Amino acid sequence: MTDRSLILSGVLFALLLAAPVLLPLIGESYLLGLIIKAMLLAIAAISLDLLIGHGGMVSLGHAAFVGIGAYTAAIGLENGVENILVLLAMTLAMTGLVALVTGILALRTSGVYFLMITLAFGQMIYFTLTSLAAYGGDDGLTLWSLATLFGSDVVQSGSGLYFVVLGTLFVTWLGIYRISRSRFGRVLRAARDNPERAEVMGYPITRYRLIAYLIAAMIAGVSGLLLVQHAEFVSPALAAWQRSGDLIVVVVLGGLGTRNGAILGAFFIVIVEEVLGAIIHEWRLIYGPLLVLMVLFAKGGLSDLLDFKSSRGTAP
Amino acid sequence: MSLSLFLILCLNGLQYGVLLFLIAAGLTLVFGVMGFINLAHGVQYMVGAYLAFAYVQLTGSFMLAVFLSLGTALVFGLLLEYLVFRHLYGRSHLDQVLATFGIIIFLNELAKVLFGPATLTIAPPDFLSGSIQLTETLRYPVYRFATIVAGLAVALGLFFIVSYTRIGMLIRAGATTPEMVSALGVNIQRLFMIVFGVGAMLAGFAGVIAAPIFAIEPGMGDNILIVAFVVIIIGGIGSIGGAFVAALLVGLIDTLGRSLATTALSVVFDASFANQVGPALASMLIYILMATILVVRPKGLLPAKGVAP
Amino acid sequence: MNLTHMSAGLALSAALGTTAFAEDLKIGMVVTLSGPPAALGQQIVDGFQLALDEKGGMLGGQKVELIVEDDELKPDVALLKATSLVERDEVDFVVGTVFSNMLAAIFKPIVQSETFLISPNAGPSTFAGKNCNPYFFATSYQNNQNAEVSGMIANAQGFESIFAMVPNYQAGRDNMDGFKQTFEGTVTDEVFTPLGHQDFSAELARISTSDADALFTFMPGGMGVRLVKQFDNAGLSENMKFMSVFTTDETTLPGQQDAAVGFLAAGTWAPDMPNEANTAFVAAFEAKYGYIPGSYAMQAYDTASLIDSAVAKTGGDVSDKDAVRAALKEADFTSLRGDFAFNNNHYPVQDFQMLNVVKREDGKFHTSFVSTIVEDYADSFHQDCEM
Repeated sequence: MTDRSLILSGVLFALLLAAPVLLPLIGESYLLGLIIKAMLLAIAAISLDLLIGHGGMVSLGHAAFVGIGAYTAAIGLENGVENILVLLAMTLAMTGLVALVTGILALRTSGVYFLMITLAFGQMIYFTLTSLAAYGGDDGLTLWSLATLFGSDVVQSGSGLYFVVLGTLFVTWLGIYRISRSRFGRVLRAARDNPERAEVMGYPITRYRLIAYLIAAMIAGVSGLLLVQHAEFVSPALAAWQRSGDLIVVVVLGGLGTRNGAILGAFFIVIVEEVLGAIIHEWRLIYGPLLVLMVLFAKGGLSDLLDFKSSRGTAP
Repeated sequence: MSLSLFLILCLNGLQYGVLLFLIAAGLTLVFGVMGFINLAHGVQYMVGAYLAFAYVQLTGSFMLAVFLSLGTALVFGLLLEYLVFRHLYGRSHLDQVLATFGIIIFLNELAKVLFGPATLTIAPPDFLSGSIQLTETLRYPVYRFATIVAGLAVALGLFFIVSYTRIGMLIRAGATTPEMVSALGVNIQRLFMIVFGVGAMLAGFAGVIAAPIFAIEPGMGDNILIVAFVVIIIGGIGSIGGAFVAALLVGLIDTLGRSLATTALSVVFDASFANQVGPALASMLIYILMATILVVRPKGLLPAKGVAP
Repeated sequence: MNLTHMSAGLALSAALGTTAFAEDLKIGMVVTLSGPPAALGQQIVDGFQLALDEKGGMLGGQKVELIVEDDELKPDVALLKATSLVERDEVDFVVGTVFSNMLAAIFKPIVQSETFLISPNAGPSTFAGKNCNPYFFATSYQNNQNAEVSGMIANAQGFESIFAMVPNYQAGRDNMDGFKQTFEGTVTDEVFTPLGHQDFSAELARISTSDADALFTFMPGGMGVRLVKQFDNAGLSENMKFMSVFTTDETTLPGQQDAAVGFLAAGTWAPDMPNEANTAFVAAFEAKYGYIPGSYAMQAYDTASLIDSAVAKTGGDVSDKDAVRAALKEADFTSLRGDFAFNNNHYPVQDFQMLNVVKREDGKFHTSFVSTIVEDYADSFHQDCEM
């Protein structure tokens, strides 16, 4: 499996590792913030790719888990919980619990019905967040104190937070890749391609799917927690269905079920937005048709564009 | 709560429901017949509203603007079909989502560039302005009555066409077994195009009649699109009758909920809590309804017979 | 060509900011230019620009580079725009916002970067009391004040029962509290509508069955246009008085027209306020932009005058933050409202007036000064501010 996508991963992570050293040299610390933003998007997108790319479960409510993660952290902080590890545990527990309840119900459906029921749960979570008057309601909440690591502010300041996010991205990327190559991942794909057959073979496919759903939700929650540290602000907009749609765009654009797709998609969108936005104020006039053209002419997503000998075994 | 207040809420709900039906009708046919997820359907609603605004500015006549907008919306829908959607029929749902998402982004921005980001309004025509005395203390605007009547008339016409005409029969057949219809020598491509154009026109019509009531602004189609999806899921994909029932149901529940949830909560909880939670709960109601239906009756209330699962 | 543009885009303007335009005064503006309340943001941009043009594009002798951002009335978007203004563009002042919830969203990153934030409109209680900040000034008012004055007006008019309705957000809640604080009669109903509410028919049905003497409301921008027209359309004007803040003003009257004539409002200013500077301002504004300015434009104009006076006092050097703050605090400029001073919390101390809506001879509508209700009125939060 010494394919090009692995080389690409190496290059990507090497660049990300070097960025904090290189960027200040050209006098540009603003870009670090942008890269953190893209990495956070990538973490959530990787988790969604486990659902869509490998599991065939298209969720239009995934951003809700980012929102739950962010709000759990924010509410914890507001109530004096400052240790990031405690907040992490709270986030995992909260997203896991919500995912368990919604997952059991949502997985009674499939296909486009799954998409709609996850949308419904996402909207319920979104409106619940808007009703949290003590934590800002519709307006969101500015966090005046952030999480610490046993009192140290290493998880707050620019480059400290940068490496925490990068580390999380790497662990997520590696973890999801490992999962997808494991027996668990193969069953998930078998259930995606032919649910009846997988069932007949004796796999409890709903349980497999539920576990994937839980894992994806908890990872999205972690990206929400880190987002709080970066933006120092939470608002229900984090959980809006448009954000879930953005995540789907990232995953599809990058290439479904590919090794680097979600990361490429996330960086593509953040960079395109920034570069086009700097050139022309109405950058969406270009971005919209660009998406259409990508669908019409780049069928395998960005991964395929960058990896012309596809690792997915198309005949030479 | 007084009876007249309840009556006015029901009328508002009915009016919202009719509007939803006009949008959902096209969406459910395109989805049911072609298996095509068209996120850009909501944009047709926005296009209709902006067309109405532009034509009112141009001609000064509301009625003239209505007809011109309908024609333009139809042409616009066909153009989109020809340029983009036609190439997506055989593709995965996700590709369709991505491409139509791109179209939304483009058209929302285009509306902003052409008409500015601010909200625009147009006045209803003179003969439909004013209000009707319903009870001693309550009046209801004539224009809202007119939209209800117009919407119901379109629904009736559509129902007749789908149920009793040859093209309607083909649409119903096309929804279940497209290969069969094709084998019978029917030009399925043209059928798709017709369904698509009419769907776009109906959504445009919804935008036109909504323009004097609601604000015309970029992105106005996004949220109503999601509600329209809720409607077609509740009604059953591909089912016109289902879409109609579900649209009215959603319209009523949403409107009544928005007004009554706060009041209902304040019976049990204190007023400030009810004021905070009420609006959120009201907004959630239709999603709770949809999730319940999906869990209990996954194919919707009135599923079209034989639509592929 | 494209490549240079793109790398310029990537390297962004940080490099530019430190070299090419080092002499310029950079002012970022975050206002709402989208959706129903877009006209409010536009008035602020126009009012500020007018002041800038009258001074030859300079404030305090410095050439000004003005960067206008639209917050789209979304807290997360506002935060993003504000962050890029202070981090990417490295502005010297941020002027914003229209709405209080947008101000809350952008507040922290701006004041923490030690950039002065001057609000030309939003004046939430949040930053008036113990959370007041040395880097924040408001040239408008404190949100509760107009509503408190409305309560006084209601008392003076002899209203005994009031139906109160506001949008469900910070400024809405502030206005509700402010009104209840001074109003001596009974508030029959308190209704909170979603921000950006379109269709008031359900609320109007409740109003018509409430038997209150008057409606008190706060519905800025497009919400106000819809409410007033629907109020009139439902035939409620005949039985009930309509009193409001920021609902029947110069941004909404072109849409409301005759439906609003005679409606009462509380405010600090009206276009026909009798003072020389104001008469000149209104004439110049109408000549340039073709519409009658509202309080938003007036406050933005005052904000530009304030920055002008402060930068002039420091001799154009804005790097000494303490000196700039002291100069701002003096408020040594001619306000279009007349008397103007900053309190210890950097919110204004000023007179409040009763206004009503009139139709001008040329068929245009505006608010008109009726009488002064209270003089040198300070907000009720400044005692908690330790500045």
